[in-house]
Amino acid sequence: MTFKYNNVYINSASTVVGPYEAKGPFSKLYDKNYDDLYFGEKSWEQAETKAINDSVEILLKKINKKNNEIDIHIGGDLLNQLVATNYASSKIGIPLIGIYSACATSTLSLMLASNMIEANQIKNAIVTSSSHNNSAEKQFRNPVEYGGPKKGYTTFTTTGCASCYLSLEKSNIKIESATIGSVIDMGVTDVFNMGAVMAPAAAKVISDHLKDTNRTLDYYDLILTGDLGIVGKMILKEYIKKEYNINLKNYDDSACMIFDTDNQPVYMGGSGVACLPLVAYTHLLDKMKKGKLKKVLLVATGALMNTTMCNQHLSIPSIAHAISLEAIK
Amino acid sequence: MEKKEYNKIVDKYTPSEPKLKNAFIAFIIGGFMGVLGNFLVDIYSYYFNLSTKDASVFMIITLIFLGCFFTCLGFFDKWVNFAKCGLIIPITGFAHAMMSAALEYRKEGLVTGIGANMFKLAGSVIIFGVVSAYLFGLLRLFVMGG
Repeated sequence: MTFKYNNVYINSASTVVGPYEAKGPFSKLYDKNYDDLYFGEKSWEQAETKAINDSVEILLKKINKKNNEIDIHIGGDLLNQLVATNYASSKIGIPLIGIYSACATSTLSLMLASNMIEANQIKNAIVTSSSHNNSAEKQFRNPVEYGGPKKGYTTFTTTGCASCYLSLEKSNIKIESATIGSVIDMGVTDVFNMGAVMAPAAAKVISDHLKDTNRTLDYYDLILTGDLGIVGKMILKEYIKKEYNINLKNYDDSACMIFDTDNQPVYMGGSGVACLPLVAYTHLLDKMKKGKLKKVLLVATGALMNTTMCNQHLSIPSIAHAISLEAIK
Repeated sequence: MEKKEYNKIVDKYTPSEPKLKNAFIAFIIGGFMGVLGNFLVDIYSYYFNLSTKDASVFMIITLIFLGCFFTCLGFFDKWVNFAKCGLIIPITGFAHAMMSAALEYRKEGLVTGIGANMFKLAGSVIIFGVVSAYLFGLLRLFVMGG
């Protein structure tokens, strides 16, 4: 299913990150960073909440608006019952839709907000996407200090929150269309190999998007997937060629960009809800505003992993949502 | 595409773990742990005039303390990540598993946090330790003649 938009624009964005991201390649582009993972709070979950609050606060300052001037807030994170987003929202005070689509949350939230703006139901919206390395490790894996040995091909959850303000007011970045992805399960059970879990979902949504819009890959200057990592990126390239006969070019993966994978202890790159938007709202929007990129397809990919189901030896399903951005003058 | 065919693509690009290297590191570090343990037993029995059996208990207490202490200082997880089974199999691994869980859940209260979660990782070690001790006891009683 693909939606077309004519009047939805990204006006501003803000990012707050943790120490690892702050040492990555885009360190200068983030609005705020913290030196330690607690962010001055008492627990990892509270730290993630703080990141969301900070990010929204910075965003509201940038667009010079108060919270009662924003119609809706759509956001999500990885934690059970979306605690980070829900607790943050109690301070933010904007009507909230909390959504969960694992790491595909960022593009799904953009899509939902765009749909409502296009339908004139709302005038503007704030979308947030957050993740925290240690709160995710605690929930999905082992206690953080245990640091149990990991496979070398795993990925490293990004810490931070990326927020973005969408509205009817014209700006240089237009949201052009969006495609909802389907849940796909290719039988991967390895919880460390998230790239392999998510690659088929990314391939499906890219193919669906191109079919629905009658486009070829040449249309886009860049296709950016969410958090496949170095391994997942290679798997996607081969799988999409064999299954959908698409030769991926102008393609990159934000997991491979957000960290310096050679020199940082991040295994095969980043992951987590914040991974794609942290790259998209900083590096990518900068490039689009400077005219270096015109048409970009963002494909956030999410592994719908649940420890209970994994312990029952079921494979991990995945989902991906695509959103197309256009730089206009 | 069939799941089997997809799994072939996955296997093709997923790097295999350096098992031999890991085993070698675990062997060396684990060996050093053994040497350290024995050294402690010798020291305790020599200086405190203890029997080897009593000195072993003190050695275990020392290693457990060090495991917990280093976990609390925040660098033991990095050592475990490097040495893997070399530090997990000895008693230090057990101490580390309990202490890391306790640290993780300390904000959730004494009973509901630390009490309920401290054995999250180490609980299965105890259960299967007891079960295997029981089985071995039976084996010894019936096969090896007590």
